[in-house]
Amino acid sequence: MKKSTSILGAIGLVTALGTAMVAPVSAATKACFVYVGPTGDFGWSYQHDEGRKAAEKALGIETAFLESVPEGADAGRAIERFARSGCNIIFTTSFGYMDATNKVAKKFPKVKFEHATGYKRDSDNVSTYSSKFYEGRYVIGQIAAKMSKTGVAGYIASFPIPEVVRGINAFTLGAQSVNPDFKLKVIWVNTWFDPGKESDAAKTLIDQGADILTQHTDSTAPMQVAAERGVHAFGQASDQIKFGPKTQMTAIIDNWADYYIRRIKAAMDGTWESKDTWGGMDAEMVHMAPITNVPGDVKSMAEATMAKIKAGDLNPFAGPITKQDGSVWLKAGESAEIGTLLGMNFYVKGVDDKLPQ
Amino acid sequence: MRIELERRAAHSVVFSALSPFIALGLTLVAGIILFSALGLNPATALFTYFIEPLTEVWSLHELIIKATPLILIAVGLSVCFSSGNWNIGAEGQLVMGAIAGSILPILFPDQAGFWVLPLMLVMAMAGGAGWAAIPAYLKNRFGANEILTSLMLVYVAQLFLDWLVRGHWRNPAGYNFPESRTYTDGQILPEMFSSGPAHYGALLALIAVIIAWFMMGKTIKGFQVKVIGQAPRAGRFAGFSARKMTLAAFLISGALAGLAGISEVAGAIQQLRPVVSPGYGFAAIIVAFLGRLNPLGVMAAGLILALSYLGGEAAQISLGISDKVGRVFQGVLLFFVLASDTLIHYRIKFISSRKHA
Repeated sequence: MKKSTSILGAIGLVTALGTAMVAPVSAATKACFVYVGPTGDFGWSYQHDEGRKAAEKALGIETAFLESVPEGADAGRAIERFARSGCNIIFTTSFGYMDATNKVAKKFPKVKFEHATGYKRDSDNVSTYSSKFYEGRYVIGQIAAKMSKTGVAGYIASFPIPEVVRGINAFTLGAQSVNPDFKLKVIWVNTWFDPGKESDAAKTLIDQGADILTQHTDSTAPMQVAAERGVHAFGQASDQIKFGPKTQMTAIIDNWADYYIRRIKAAMDGTWESKDTWGGMDAEMVHMAPITNVPGDVKSMAEATMAKIKAGDLNPFAGPITKQDGSVWLKAGESAEIGTLLGMNFYVKGVDDKLPQ
Repeated sequence: MRIELERRAAHSVVFSALSPFIALGLTLVAGIILFSALGLNPATALFTYFIEPLTEVWSLHELIIKATPLILIAVGLSVCFSSGNWNIGAEGQLVMGAIAGSILPILFPDQAGFWVLPLMLVMAMAGGAGWAAIPAYLKNRFGANEILTSLMLVYVAQLFLDWLVRGHWRNPAGYNFPESRTYTDGQILPEMFSSGPAHYGALLALIAVIIAWFMMGKTIKGFQVKVIGQAPRAGRFAGFSARKMTLAAFLISGALAGLAGISEVAGAIQQLRPVVSPGYGFAAIIVAFLGRLNPLGVMAAGLILALSYLGGEAAQISLGISDKVGRVFQGVLLFFVLASDTLIHYRIKFISSRKHA
């Protein structure tokens, strides 16, 4: 099987080389993906790979991926290899690939590049995309405040970049909308994926009085620790219910499938153009796992909030909001500017941590 | 029954010369078994691993880029290890070199004279050497185990870099993301050829190899290194100072690791990031031993290891196998090299336990 496909591939390559001079090749579209972690992390990279599989199935196209590609010099090589190996559209799925993506994109103007969570689009064959995960954070913050007995939740955070800080603030604001005195403890583990560190952080947070855990890291370790210690937790990036059947209350699921299908399709019929996409629940980019292990009123509250966010009636970052240092960030009636959200480097009131600066 | 290694009275010259090739041959055999077990055509797989990356110009450039830091560091380590000093912390010295070398482009970004780049290189070497001097001093003054101290200083250096790029050295125009400003033309190692991105760091590596080869083979200093490494007592009788040698060995290997750091940062990455090396300092230990602590051998070994990284990526894309297979393959190579080496110096003896009973 493999052998015959490689022979076919070789024939295809030869034909492609032969015809390239005559007419522009618009034969099969190939979509390629670069992941920062292993596809088996059941978190960030896993969800991107689910998106890849969905696109492959829906569009009947060829796809390829590279996993565990370190950010830095290696990323540029991986992306360039894809660009040279006949990929028509390349998704680079980590913030640290930003400069590498733009550099390679300049060299290959005919290939389309899609960079997740970044902000640079140096040439018109680069798009950026991200998802408003913070909308989900607001919802789980509300659930946490309803369910917590101690009034303290623990948050396992990866790196102090704006995306993560935004999540922490949204969670806190959601929780405070239910219980104004709610406190959040944060531990920075400085990694996206390290089950050992993540579970140590989870244990420490529980020992410090948190009875709800949430995380912005990619492994299932915190969920498993929560299950062992009998506290509740939220899944991250993908539905982690099988790692904590009695523990997970819901999970914020990154749903990339719709976006990938849409963009690859656009590349196929020539309507693709460079743009920034920042979609949330309304764009189906943020999904929530079924709400479980909570009483009915909590579930209906969460579902009502989700409906409001989806309809655009609720913005987690709408005033009045006070910063951690006591100064006013947003007055009543104001809502956050997109630039402030993209570069967020401060906590809101109620976060019991000092933001690493 | 016990198995013992018994030292051979004299080792075979022929097999000493042949051992890297025997190891390579055994690795190929193991590869054939491995790939067959995965259901792949071993010929295609081995071709993808070892030949395909050599068939394209851009890929050769990438090979050089990947091999450059490995060779630079491993050359220094080969001198250090030959003298019987165990510097395991080259990764940290690389990081400190990258930091010291980045002082100019980050704090004085407007400077772009002809002197900027050479000064960056010198400062990086000083940074790496300075960091390496700490374990050397601790060993000479207190008899502290240099394996432990040099290794632990790696984490200190990495956290220091992390702190810098999240704090004072953060790009003021970078939305608070943890990375420094990008370097400008006069601060970047230029590309050597118009055909691709390989930069002048490779030339530095080549010069380092030649100097080290000359020093180890042709000068009294090189003779001292070997005598002190292989027979410390004889070295003392000859009046060679082991302490001075320890310091010199650490300074040389540290300076070269620092040079590798700035070559990576000013060549391939062009800015400081929280992580600037995917573990080159550790991989270089493998390279030093694969190259049998001989600078020319180190160069060959660095290229082979770099090839296996590139081949691993090529295999992920065209054969669809996991990146773990690539790592297993590297491990197998190292195992056979060390095993062949051991069997040249030792013979295996089966001792029946009954005799001792």
